[in-house]
Amino acid sequence: MQQTLFDKIWNFHRVAQRVDGRDLIYIDRHVLHELHAHHAFAQLLKQGRPVRRADLTFAVQDHTVATKPGRDDDTNPSGSAFIKAMREGCRTNRIRLFDVDDPEQGISHVVAPELGIVLPGATHAVPDSHASTVGGIGALAFGCGTTELAHILATQVMALKRPKSMRVQLDGRLAAGVSAKDVALRIIAEIGVAGARGHVVEYAGAAVRAMPIEQRMTLCNLNIEMGGRSGFVAPDDATFEWLARRPFVPQGAQWDRALRYWGTLASDEGAGFDREVRLDCATLEPQITWGTDPSQVVGISGCVPDPAALDPGRRAAAASAFGYMDLAPGTPLLGLPIDRVFIGSCTNSRLPDLQVAADVVRGRHVAEGVVAMVVPGSSSVKREAEAAGLDRVFREAGFFWGESGCSMCAGGNGDRGEPGERCVSTTNRNFENRQGPKVRTHLASPATAAASAIAGRIADARRLAPGAA
Amino acid sequence: MMQPFNRHTGIAAPLVKDDINTDQIAPILHSRGLKEDYRAMLFHRARRREDGSDDPDFVLNKPQFRAAGILVTGENFGAGSSRESAVWSMLANGIRVIVAKSFADIYRENCLQNGLLPVVLGSAFGDQFIARVVAVDGKAPFTVDLVTQRISGPGGPDIVFEIPAADRTRLIEGLDDIGLTLKHVDEIASWEARAQTAQPWLQSARDAR
Repeated sequence: MQQTLFDKIWNFHRVAQRVDGRDLIYIDRHVLHELHAHHAFAQLLKQGRPVRRADLTFAVQDHTVATKPGRDDDTNPSGSAFIKAMREGCRTNRIRLFDVDDPEQGISHVVAPELGIVLPGATHAVPDSHASTVGGIGALAFGCGTTELAHILATQVMALKRPKSMRVQLDGRLAAGVSAKDVALRIIAEIGVAGARGHVVEYAGAAVRAMPIEQRMTLCNLNIEMGGRSGFVAPDDATFEWLARRPFVPQGAQWDRALRYWGTLASDEGAGFDREVRLDCATLEPQITWGTDPSQVVGISGCVPDPAALDPGRRAAAASAFGYMDLAPGTPLLGLPIDRVFIGSCTNSRLPDLQVAADVVRGRHVAEGVVAMVVPGSSSVKREAEAAGLDRVFREAGFFWGESGCSMCAGGNGDRGEPGERCVSTTNRNFENRQGPKVRTHLASPATAAASAIAGRIADARRLAPGAA
Repeated sequence: MMQPFNRHTGIAAPLVKDDINTDQIAPILHSRGLKEDYRAMLFHRARRREDGSDDPDFVLNKPQFRAAGILVTGENFGAGSSRESAVWSMLANGIRVIVAKSFADIYRENCLQNGLLPVVLGSAFGDQFIARVVAVDGKAPFTVDLVTQRISGPGGPDIVFEIPAADRTRLIEGLDDIGLTLKHVDEIASWEARAQTAQPWLQSARDAR
């Protein structure tokens, strides 16, 4: 019987079937963050249940940490109780914490792969819907809630109904200036915000194989925005090369043995998927959202759609988005004046993302009146970017260069826009009020965000006017 | 903690929109602490006008729906962030049942963990039920019975709904989910032993530096 890679990872990790029909799936690596951790620790304490595998559990302060240089626990006052409670819970439960001042602190989805904490063919859970970011290295990751988090802490398994499988086949070669972010936004536009609900998605095809690992992570990061339960790319030599020598990966003979095993991690020829979707990436241009959900997307040269041209099921949402976004059907996206740019988040904050943005920005300056910020995805990314001089490029252009964290993605640390502002953001959700009350968010790639900061308007990085230094 | 669910009789409030996300249900607010006011959090922005006063047009602010126990809504309810506060804030407001055309996966799981009953009515039945709820306008309650899997109330015949048998049992009995899993603790231990042989790197996460 031919098996998908999802089948293989699931079946390997299936511990038992519970009386209620759910499969108990062993979680190899579990990473907590401060918004959920204290509730889960408190629950276990009350029940007198210990943490089963503290050695396979990690914690990262990311959602509420301030990005201001010299930050501490209290720089964002609304985060300090969460930060301190997780620190205390990690201390009593002997969990390795990447604390606010740790040189390897950052966003959990960035930190876990860059340290080699997650591995190909491993299962991973985070109390965060973007857990599947690490699918980019071939891990099977599940986002969970707080009660499930306590369950994993106590048992090291998740009780799951087996999801269906889906393959998204990405053909062709991406044009210059087009990235995984653009591909992901186009897929969500095609299948909708619930298009992958109940499914684990395998991203395959020539376009995926050609993507560097960081781009694959961006692709898998946005999987939840089409409702997917998880999403991944089968690992290949590029994955193994990327992981080699990272501190938490197996060493020596173990590494060689792991490598042989990881080489078998692929869907069998002819394995059946419950659903298949294909997208030709060769003709794709940079994409941008115009509305208030991540499926409301057009090519950068496009216009806000006419509701009559939309699928009937999407018209009500579009009508409500026009008002919130202050946009009329037929308005071109290019040239729309903007107030703010955010480059960061688990979607687009890894070193190559920052390099692409810096290449656009270098020798230019942020437009008058635009507030632009770059927040690296981890303190390690920040250090590497600084070693490459990227911080100087951004600062000299008028960007704020922050300490690592989730920052303006959900605004949990106080980084927000002002009411009515239009913001081009490399994040994952353009929901109403997410980046601040009444902030109008346009999701786009780092290149588009950087170009827009320079132009003061939504801009195509491939056509940016030569800048004066 | 899990509250068992058998049946609930209450006012049904129609919130007729698709894709309502957890940022809308339970927004991240400026000032917060570990003991949050989940009652105030529910639809915090949608419930209020710019000056902070209650928006009388928002369904849960209307006098007839202030004590609603059943929320009736469209497709893909609870999309977005995995925050469980989007379930706790429902319970803090006395809402014990959400009837939707469909739910986002993580939200539905969070409902089951807390004894908030997620009822899925397919598109056609969902529209019929929404029409009934709108017509009744809070003047009389509906009863959602998980034991008989029926919704009954004014304006039409009983509606039978489907729910996986295991989810139903878990809600009715208010089963402790961790306890249920720990019955398999020996199998968890033997899986760990097997993994230690088959893929030893999975059972160890050490910093090699």
